[in-house]
Amino acid sequence: MLSEQNIKKLDDLKKFYPTKQALVLPVLWMIQEEQGHISEDAMRYVGELLDVPFGHVLGVVTFYTMFHDKPHGKHHIEVCTNVSCMLRGSAKIVEHLEKRLGIKLGETSKDMKWTLSEVECMGSCGTAPMIAVGEEYYENLTTEQVDELLANLERT
Amino acid sequence: MEKYILPDIPDLHKIAVYEANGGYKALRKALGLKPGDVTDEVKKSGLRGRGGACFPTGLKWTFMPKQSDKPKYLCVNGDEAEPGTFKDRQIFEFNPHLLVEGSVIAAYAMGVTRVFIYVRGEYGKWVRMLETAIADAYAHGYVGENILGSGYSTNILVHKGAGAYICGEESSLMNSIEGGRGYPRVKPPFPAQFGLWGCPTTINNVESISNVPLIINNGAEWYSKIGVPKHPGPILVGVSGHVNKPGVYEMPTGLPLLEIIYKYAGGVPGDKKIKAVIPGGSSTMILRGEQLEGVCMDADSLKAAGSSVGTAGLIVMDEDTDLIQVITRISKFYYHESCGQCTPCREGTGWLWKILTRFERGEGRPEDIDLLMDIADNIEGNTICALGDAAAWPVQSMIRRFRDEFEKRVKASPVGAQTVAL
Repeated sequence: MLSEQNIKKLDDLKKFYPTKQALVLPVLWMIQEEQGHISEDAMRYVGELLDVPFGHVLGVVTFYTMFHDKPHGKHHIEVCTNVSCMLRGSAKIVEHLEKRLGIKLGETSKDMKWTLSEVECMGSCGTAPMIAVGEEYYENLTTEQVDELLANLERT
Repeated sequence: MEKYILPDIPDLHKIAVYEANGGYKALRKALGLKPGDVTDEVKKSGLRGRGGACFPTGLKWTFMPKQSDKPKYLCVNGDEAEPGTFKDRQIFEFNPHLLVEGSVIAAYAMGVTRVFIYVRGEYGKWVRMLETAIADAYAHGYVGENILGSGYSTNILVHKGAGAYICGEESSLMNSIEGGRGYPRVKPPFPAQFGLWGCPTTINNVESISNVPLIINNGAEWYSKIGVPKHPGPILVGVSGHVNKPGVYEMPTGLPLLEIIYKYAGGVPGDKKIKAVIPGGSSTMILRGEQLEGVCMDADSLKAAGSSVGTAGLIVMDEDTDLIQVITRISKFYYHESCGQCTPCREGTGWLWKILTRFERGEGRPEDIDLLMDIADNIEGNTICALGDAAAWPVQSMIRRFRDEFEKRVKASPVGAQTVAL
């Protein structure tokens, strides 16, 4: 299930971690990066690969906010609404995104193009408000910049 | 003050620039000392942890057994997820080699042969920056086998989290590295006796470790004279909320909060009055704007004012801020992040949030204020880890210092004192 490149990377990691179970998070990251989400089949595969029960893998996937057991939209937009962002107008950003995308926080568009999520503090308090799309942070945001960003994402 | 952790040197993240500016000199010096002497120096410097608890770093190192049949580990905590905190991210981006150098020195002092730097999953971009720095440090012989010909070897690996505030709690962080859910462990046993995989382990914050090369380069005495004597050194203060220039500022400990807000962060937009500040990240107790005179960014001063330094993430709120909305959002955060192990926290954080939501809608009942206090008091001190306390303190301090705000939301209630279903 894992790419050859990641299998090789895994062999290097094995030298560093004294137990196979410790590789659960790194392997789940690899799977999610390759497939976009972690399916039940993938969880079973991880369990067999690392000699840990399926239940353990499921427990880990569902515990961590960033692991997804279901596919989400092509563009996953995450908006921070925690205190520092809230004080600097994250509500306006949320309202604008919901209007532009036609979906509410926590929803995915029917065409699977967009997922909009509310997230907890992303460590971007000094550059609030912010959204993240994948690993990329967009900070000190205005609604005009949101429009620009959506237009750019639309094209990709 | 001169800046040591985040100096204004372009491209300092590149190893050649770091070396040209005295980088890895401290490591060379440390490797020439006995490990115990390195620990002594850090102990004498007075450095206290920058992750929130202000525990003396050198003293923590002495808890590690000198002789051990098992391997010893160092975990560097870069889970940075406390709302209002964004300082470690600056170190990953602008001065990652300082962190790498500090990690190797700390590892040498404790006889550690494997270091895990735990970085929150959302910081994927910064993980890569840090990994680049580590790879360069390996290539230059500062990490790995027989470091600088000293005979000492240690390895560093970045372990990426996956979105869990609780993993910033040290025992939960270890469970996360071991490949499990981030559940905190009951202490004792403490990590120095029974840590990662049951082996002696020390967990230090990214910023704490980044102070270590300064101490080794310049000596404990020099370091102890920066800032206030009981909590010395440079400190990274993140200012956010209603200020003109939010950001991370490096300064000596002990500066007045008002000086930080007005001189460093450019004051409040529209010259509005300060209604409240949260001095050290969302879990620290909120202070009223009127009580800020003379309160400084150090452990003792903030303790005396009825709060704490925490992670030095200063959140400023102007006179127009709806504090009920603020405390409701903070409580929602702790409800979301509670790991669910301990009943008082798992249930209590949800109750706090739901009752606060009622106030936010202007539907609070008069008895709800005491009910909130009662729930918070019953969470505090009754959980395995400090997340319970972290959820309770903001609510307790908000009610103690801004009871009037809650009362207003009761009076304004369209349903008055009627019971509203949760």
